[in-house]
Amino acid sequence: MQYLCLVYVEEAKFDAMTQAEIDVIEDESLANDRELEAAGHLIMAQALESVKTATTVRVRNGKLSTTDGPFAETKEQLGGFVFIDANDLNEAIRIASRIPLARVGAIEVRPAMDLLRKVTERPAR
Amino acid sequence: MQEAISAIYRSDSRRVLATLVRLLGNFDLAEEAVQDAFVAASEQWPRDGLPANPFAWLVSTGRFKTIDRLRRRARFDSLLGELAADLDKHLPDPSDMSEDLELADDRLRLIFTCCHPALSPDARVALTLREVCDLTTEEIAHAFLTSPSTVAQRIVRAKTKIRDAQIPYEVPTGHELAERLEVVDHVVYLVFNEGYSASLGPDVTRVDLSEEAIHLGRLLVDLLPDPEARGLLALMLLHDSRREARVSETGDFVLLPDQDRSRWNRDRIEEGMSNLQEALDSGVLGPYTLQAAIAAAHAAAPTAEGTDWDRIVELYDHLVDLDPSPVVALNRAAAVAMRDGPEAGLALIDGILATGDLGEYHLAHSAKADLLRRLGKVEEARASYLRALDLAQQEPERRFLARRLAETKPAAPR
Repeated sequence: MQYLCLVYVEEAKFDAMTQAEIDVIEDESLANDRELEAAGHLIMAQALESVKTATTVRVRNGKLSTTDGPFAETKEQLGGFVFIDANDLNEAIRIASRIPLARVGAIEVRPAMDLLRKVTERPAR
Repeated sequence: MQEAISAIYRSDSRRVLATLVRLLGNFDLAEEAVQDAFVAASEQWPRDGLPANPFAWLVSTGRFKTIDRLRRRARFDSLLGELAADLDKHLPDPSDMSEDLELADDRLRLIFTCCHPALSPDARVALTLREVCDLTTEEIAHAFLTSPSTVAQRIVRAKTKIRDAQIPYEVPTGHELAERLEVVDHVVYLVFNEGYSASLGPDVTRVDLSEEAIHLGRLLVDLLPDPEARGLLALMLLHDSRREARVSETGDFVLLPDQDRSRWNRDRIEEGMSNLQEALDSGVLGPYTLQAAIAAAHAAAPTAEGTDWDRIVELYDHLVDLDPSPVVALNRAAAVAMRDGPEAGLALIDGILATGDLGEYHLAHSAKADLLRRLGKVEEARASYLRALDLAQQEPERRFLARRLAETKPAAPR
């Protein structure tokens, strides 16, 4: 079973940190990724640049619209994700609880939907 | 025979369900399987006699009926055929089921899955009452004064999440066990409190949630001897022992000092005390055990005047350390008032109200009013009773406060 661990953090919290504190989180995050990889849980992990750099794209009636900023204004912003393989939700929660940024922000754990299987097993109409 | 079957349904249907959820890996399939198994029992047992092990018979019958049903449906949906073949292949031999440990674990698995923290608190309560206590959605809805469709929806959503997010059917281990047990205890306590506060209401047709919670509490300590679970059971039993004495013949609320102690349920007190003793013997003093010890100090007092307030305040001191919430502080203040006099209690309550946390909590104002009344500060007492009356929601509490307000009158002018 695959789960996407979405890492939400208030970006303002980073702005208030010293460089040394940020270094620690970055080192811990990379170390955690390596541990997950060694244990066979890691599919992919990726940190993201600030939401200030985000661009939102929509297509309506065939017309492209591009806007500055994230899709929704929230207190906590998506700062990165860790895509994992786990036996079940309990294991996924265990893994999410070890993501270093869980201590600063929050991790949303979402089961991945197997779209390909869903489509191929669609009952004939 | 039908009576024997009904008795087995009552004593064993949840155990059968718990094991079938594990074997079939799906709540809905397992529920249908339990129904099928009991239908088959009522057809076959009168003819063939009671099987040697009714539990094992029901589990394996439920399992075979499910495989059958999936095969029949498989004519329309090839996926179900695969699922049926899978179940047939991967199922353990029914003779394995004689293993008591695994079976006891099934009942715990059911409880821990229904009380999984990834489910919403409302869903945990509804699912536990439905699956572990076998209440119908109508009964649950009635008990929580909500609509059956709301409860049904909560249960369906919870089951969907269990399936799609793959919440495993397992008993947690290690440090996770303690964290998860806290959630389970809380669900049981929520059910108890809902039943306990509702027992004042006029509606006698509501299922007795306090009874269900005590049943859950007993089941939990049977399956998993944890000190706090025992403390919780003791707390529920000791509170429940006063259930009859806390309501007057006219349906009004009777405060602890005014209760007729001969109406306290001695069996409940005895069972509560022995569970409390076991919890205390463990040396782990959690919040439920401490609250149970406070309830026990009241239960042990022959009269209201004979209450050991020193001990109660001391227990509250420990409780405040573990749970520094303003409500606990308020209860402690009331105990201090009993030990050291109303002025000491009043100073504490004013301190708590000054933080602003309990400004909208009617019990804070009524506690303050009681102390002011005891000090003869009639006008201030009336103002606090009025504030409490403004905030109180439940009818029996409002009647109680109105009565107190009427009794608190300025001394007649001479």
